[in-house]
Amino acid sequence: MATHAENSYYVPHGSKWPIVGSLGMITMLASAAGWMNGSATAQWTFWLGAAILIFMLFGWFGTVIRESEAGMYSEQVSGSFRLSMSWFIFSEVMFFAVFFGALFYVRALVIPWLGGEGTGASTNEFLWQGYTPAWPTSGPANVGGDFQTIPAFGIPFLNTLILLTSGLTVTLAHHALKKEHRNQLVLWLAATVALGFTFVYFQVYEYHEAYTQLGLTLGSGIYGATFFMLTGFHGMHVTLGAIMLVVIMIRSMKGHFKPDNHFAFEAVAWYWHFVDVVWLGLFVFVYIL
Amino acid sequence: MSTEVIHPDTHHVDDGHDHGDHKPSNFLDRWLFTTNHKDIGTLYLIFSLTMFFIGGSMAMVIRAELFMPGLQLVEPDFFNQMTTMHALIMVFGAVMPAWVGFANWLIPMMIGAPDMALPRMNNWSFWILPFAFTMLLSTLFMDSGGPAAGWTLYPPLVLQTGTSFAFVVFAVHMMGVSSIMGSINIIATIFNMRAPGMRLLRMPMFVWTWLITAFLLIAVMPVLAGAVTMLLTDHFFSTNFFNAAGGGDPVMFQHIFWFFGHPEVYIMILPAFGVISEILPTFSRKPLFGYGSMVYATATIAFLSFIVWAHHMFTVGMPLQGELYFMYATMLISVPTGVKVFNWVSTMWQGSMTFETPMLFAIGFVVLFTIGGLSGLMLAITAADFQYHDTYFVVAHFHYVLVPGSVFALMAATYYWLPKFTGNMYSEKWGKIHFWSSAIFVNVLFFPQHYLGLAGMPRRIPDYSPQFADFNMISSLGGFAFGATQLIFVGVVLHCAYRSKVKATPEVWEGSRGLEWTLDSPPAYHSFNTPPVVTHNALSRAD
Ligand SMILES: [Cu+2]
Repeated sequence: MATHAENSYYVPHGSKWPIVGSLGMITMLASAAGWMNGSATAQWTFWLGAAILIFMLFGWFGTVIRESEAGMYSEQVSGSFRLSMSWFIFSEVMFFAVFFGALFYVRALVIPWLGGEGTGASTNEFLWQGYTPAWPTSGPANVGGDFQTIPAFGIPFLNTLILLTSGLTVTLAHHALKKEHRNQLVLWLAATVALGFTFVYFQVYEYHEAYTQLGLTLGSGIYGATFFMLTGFHGMHVTLGAIMLVVIMIRSMKGHFKPDNHFAFEAVAWYWHFVDVVWLGLFVFVYIL
Repeated sequence: MSTEVIHPDTHHVDDGHDHGDHKPSNFLDRWLFTTNHKDIGTLYLIFSLTMFFIGGSMAMVIRAELFMPGLQLVEPDFFNQMTTMHALIMVFGAVMPAWVGFANWLIPMMIGAPDMALPRMNNWSFWILPFAFTMLLSTLFMDSGGPAAGWTLYPPLVLQTGTSFAFVVFAVHMMGVSSIMGSINIIATIFNMRAPGMRLLRMPMFVWTWLITAFLLIAVMPVLAGAVTMLLTDHFFSTNFFNAAGGGDPVMFQHIFWFFGHPEVYIMILPAFGVISEILPTFSRKPLFGYGSMVYATATIAFLSFIVWAHHMFTVGMPLQGELYFMYATMLISVPTGVKVFNWVSTMWQGSMTFETPMLFAIGFVVLFTIGGLSGLMLAITAADFQYHDTYFVVAHFHYVLVPGSVFALMAATYYWLPKFTGNMYSEKWGKIHFWSSAIFVNVLFFPQHYLGLAGMPRRIPDYSPQFADFNMISSLGGFAFGATQLIFVGVVLHCAYRSKVKATPEVWEGSRGLEWTLDSPPAYHSFNTPPVVTHNALSRAD
């Protein structure tokens, strides 16, 4: 008997993937903690945990893709997916908000207070005498030593153009998908993937430059901390987004997605626009200002 | 569009009847791989009860040490580990998962859905927790001992934690992942799975409060994740977020933590508000007074919870404008909270009330939570807080809102819906014994702590000056008795599930209204294979 997916809600039967995911997660994180405490074994079990997690992702998403292609998902199921992806992106926004918040708090309040402004007069007088507030800074004790910053209108500006262009190409791919132009779809996706990985390449290059030429490291006071944590987490998200784009591209080549039903494509595109917007924030507040 | 359930691998399409018991017979299939909202709800509730007793036994250690002045039982560092772990376990392991358990059981039944929107992710959000808490508890056995810097994990103290530090941070990350996935699922279910006619403003209050709670969770759990990540990099990767020498600021951690921490207290209490708003109308045999204002008050509380966080930091050295702003903003919260309390009282007013166990716990909640709310108002006064800060007054305050607040609401919810879940009635006699002993001992336990705090006894210290001896002894005796009383609760629940001979009707209670009471007790494995059509707000009884 044919399933009538149009008017039914698919409730999957038991799945082993979640518990596999939990095992992978605990192996990876407990090992990470052990590794940080200097355990030699944990260094290897960490990668074992990561492998289990990747195995789980392949298995779980594989199942979902098979179910989707078999037409088991109604419009309503797709609605649940849409909602969950949007709220997941919202949680990511809040995660970045913490690090942006830390940057703003430090620049607007902490540095002036350390320099003796407002209520910080005695702090400055007795603890950090002679410290004049400035940005960038490695703090009153110059923790991490002197450093130079990366000029905004070099590689960062180039990377801005790259990400903005990739936002355009993924939109062109979406239009191609809606018009059933399969070759154009794959082509624009390939362009997006290429731009994404180019961005990551430049970012790695820039980090290398910072560590070897500029003396700018994660330990360079509060500037180094906010700079590397913000751009680092963003870079990880771009990498993840690019990998997701690769999956979508392969699926497009296999003939997946229909003009009116392609949630996975849209989810990845939303995610990609999200990392794009975060980058604009980074470019303005971390590099320019 | 209808929402029948299909199971493609069983080669037939459900037709809305005769499909009740599809439970997997194999134990692992049933509990480890489950995608069923009721089974997952049960798992959450059992897990939460286990954590409640583990966290509770730590509280017993604390009260035993504080029974008399001087150091008797434990080393001061171990005492600090107990206060830290007690809080982490009760907040993240007991109260929050218990509410998610009730959300799982009830929300699909209340809105007329076949299951949660994303059943597999539902399984994962539960099955992360046992691993996370095993890791957290295992830190007690490490050479450094567990975390001892308080559940608020303030630097620079927390950065002195030894081996266990990274394990604690990653355990917190795992709890966050679980909460975020659980909340996404709840929001998707509420927005996308409602039966035809179940408009937003027809939803039961428990569904409404959970919708807003889930929003709070998604908004603030990433903030906590960010905060502990910064701690981790400060400890292991030479960043200077909380180091003034490098241009950072330890107080910044407090701001970030409490941006999470204040909404977190509403995460623990909003579902309780929902439960009380379900129970009071049933046993007053009257509609809930001011349904609409309840919804708006909940939303207002949630909004305000984001802009009041620094009331936890009045003594940290903020500029005066900050102190004043956070004082006034905090006091604003008493307006929507007051709306709720008055609505509850008005619901009972002139009702034909009966006092079954859930109703007793609900009334106990209204009275005792309000005491916690009023001491909260006292703490909100900046100038007065300089006296109260970090004393037992604060401990008394938040235990009043959490124990006879959240935990009483959890008890009320258990007694109220347990007959629905198990199909059997619990023992009313033992339920009442449980209520009265809990209600008396919780006050013996926490009320004297107000006086201790006002007299200046600091919190988180294992020893105290002899002038505090009498009240501490009374408090400890109340604590032991309250702890022992909870064993009655376990007895009542087990008896109800396995031994009770009295079958529950679908309605269970004479005055019950709402979709879950239209289902059998216990309900079929999948709740609504064919969605019901909702024509009015069940709770308002506009029929
Ligand atoms: Cu607060």
